Amino acid sequence: MSSLQSTTEEVLRLAAEHFKVPREQLAPDDDFFKKLGINSLQALDLLTRIEHHFKIELPDYELQGVSDFRTLAERIQLRL
Amino acid sequence: MLNLREYRSLGEALRAALERWPNEVCLIEADRERENARFTYRQFQEAALPLASALQGAGLQSGTRAAIIMTNQSKWLISAYAIFFCGGVLVPLDYKLTAAEELQLLAHSKAEFLVVEYHLWRAIMQTERFKDLATRVVLVTEAPGGADLGGANRWEEFIAAREPVFTPRSRQDPACIVYSSGTGGRPKGCLLTHENYLEQCIALTALYPFSPGVRYLSILPTNHAIDFMIGFIGPFTCGAAVVHLRTLRPEYIREAFTRYKITYMTLVPMILKNLERGLRQRFADLPKVRRGVLNALIATNRALTRRRPNLRLSRALLRQVHGAFGGELRAFFVGGAFTEPSTLQFFYDLGIPVGNGYGCTEAGTVITVNDFKPFRADTVGRPLPGMGVKILSPDAEGIGEVAARGKTIMSEYIDDPEMTAQTIVDGWLMTGDLGRIDATGHLQLFGRKKNMIVTEEGKNIYPEDIETAFEGLAVKEFCVFAANYLWPARTLSGEQLVIVLHPEAGQAISEDLVRNLAGRNRRLLNYKRISGYLGWERDFPLTASLKIKRGELAEQIRTNFDRSAVVSL
Repeated sequence: MSSLQSTTEEVLRLAAEHFKVPREQLAPDDDFFKKLGINSLQALDLLTRIEHHFKIELPDYELQGVSDFRTLAERIQLRL
Repeated sequence: MLNLREYRSLGEALRAALERWPNEVCLIEADRERENARFTYRQFQEAALPLASALQGAGLQSGTRAAIIMTNQSKWLISAYAIFFCGGVLVPLDYKLTAAEELQLLAHSKAEFLVVEYHLWRAIMQTERFKDLATRVVLVTEAPGGADLGGANRWEEFIAAREPVFTPRSRQDPACIVYSSGTGGRPKGCLLTHENYLEQCIALTALYPFSPGVRYLSILPTNHAIDFMIGFIGPFTCGAAVVHLRTLRPEYIREAFTRYKITYMTLVPMILKNLERGLRQRFADLPKVRRGVLNALIATNRALTRRRPNLRLSRALLRQVHGAFGGELRAFFVGGAFTEPSTLQFFYDLGIPVGNGYGCTEAGTVITVNDFKPFRADTVGRPLPGMGVKILSPDAEGIGEVAARGKTIMSEYIDDPEMTAQTIVDGWLMTGDLGRIDATGHLQLFGRKKNMIVTEEGKNIYPEDIETAFEGLAVKEFCVFAANYLWPARTLSGEQLVIVLHPEAGQAISEDLVRNLAGRNRRLLNYKRISGYLGWERDFPLTASLKIKRGELAEQIRTNFDRSAVVSL
């Protein structure tokens, strides 16, 4: 099982790839809505990609109230 | 479709529908690529009646208030029908509220019964105020085996074999209490009668008749007035089918169109815009020659459908585009917030008309909607049949507050005669929105008179409701405003909230304070966040009961500052 740190790193990498921004511009505590200039629907799109990558399912409601990469990684970690 | 003039209540109309089309599919529940459930009208009835029987056994009777807190799914509609069957008053609560907010509205609504999804119930049980919950009977759906439900019942097991007795209601009896705002301040529970809903349904289906074979894709929350009407009552009373999708992921929405051959769908502007963005990208990725051909076909379609939509022609001309939407799509409906005319035009040119509408919960959902006679991207359409709309105190350009009157307007805000009297004046609903009616009877909107914003997700955000998130800030006082309320602007897009901070005497707005403010802001749901702050050095004007006189404070701020004084967070 991967650690929270490596899950967070993977999430950051996937987000950078998905939204075509340099990985080094993203940090675990960044507010992804603000940093990437995305809306909740675009965040859900990223979530789909994350699900495919980790081979898990995260219901939409799991993302409610989550706005930084670290917390998102924590939610994923719980399902790994 | 049913002749709804013959029915006195939603329960009666729905019961007639279930008997009229027993073998038609009425409801499909899908999640991602899976199909969780599928019901014919007969099967829906068979699922609902044992629940209704158990509810009656537990004391749900005429006028009993019963709340539902659930995401979009089949059990929502089954539970709602069972509640109406027993003569209950439905209280649909927004599942996106925090658990503390749900408790607050449950208390305010005096709901005696509650149907709730397990993950939401678990959150409610963990709140400090859970012990104060006065709801008598709680049904929890989809709870894992062995889960501690805190004394609640499992929805799936809450059934009784005895034949339930249908409880008739009159048209003037309350059908639903729907909260349009007020989680942080003064709850606004709109009381809507059976007549409000039946008349709204009559008016909407006169413009857009549904029928057996129509498949409506429901992704907006069913607790929302739009989906409750267009994604439940409307299709069911016409023998049509509702497809619930339990995710908002764009990828699965696209798949649902083709898998279920969707006919209609209602969206909020954000989702429509997202679909537009995706299509534009796909068009841009086409090889140059194919892109040229597509553009020529779109131009031809635009020219040939200028006066009226022509679905058959558009489908023939733009086969691939329509194929991507399943080939059966007739129209989208959009509402809940401002939609860019360019987005509406984009879809119309593809032969997918978007019925752009305007309304509010207080009006029983829709006030105006486009009828495509002809299509207009710059308006929110004409008043629904039976709805009167007028502009109060119009200025030189004809712009003033929009007021509406008709059989669909709510009767009151529960337990708040003062706010009801301010909102419904001589039978006219004061919407707080600014608009103009043009020479062809179309309503155009220009901004708001009231202190609130609507996000592109269709969420109405009232400043008072989010102020609790900032309580305890190290300032003398603070107040949240809609920026366009402080500085009126004739636009409905990009609305933002700002917080006005009045520091203690002799103190400045420190970095620590801003950090604290930003931290609290970040804990709010993204669409509820404030975008900036404004420093203010004078005492806020207060009422005798020490409440902020918001209108007066706004006037003072407007006189002293313009928008450029707001510091972004």
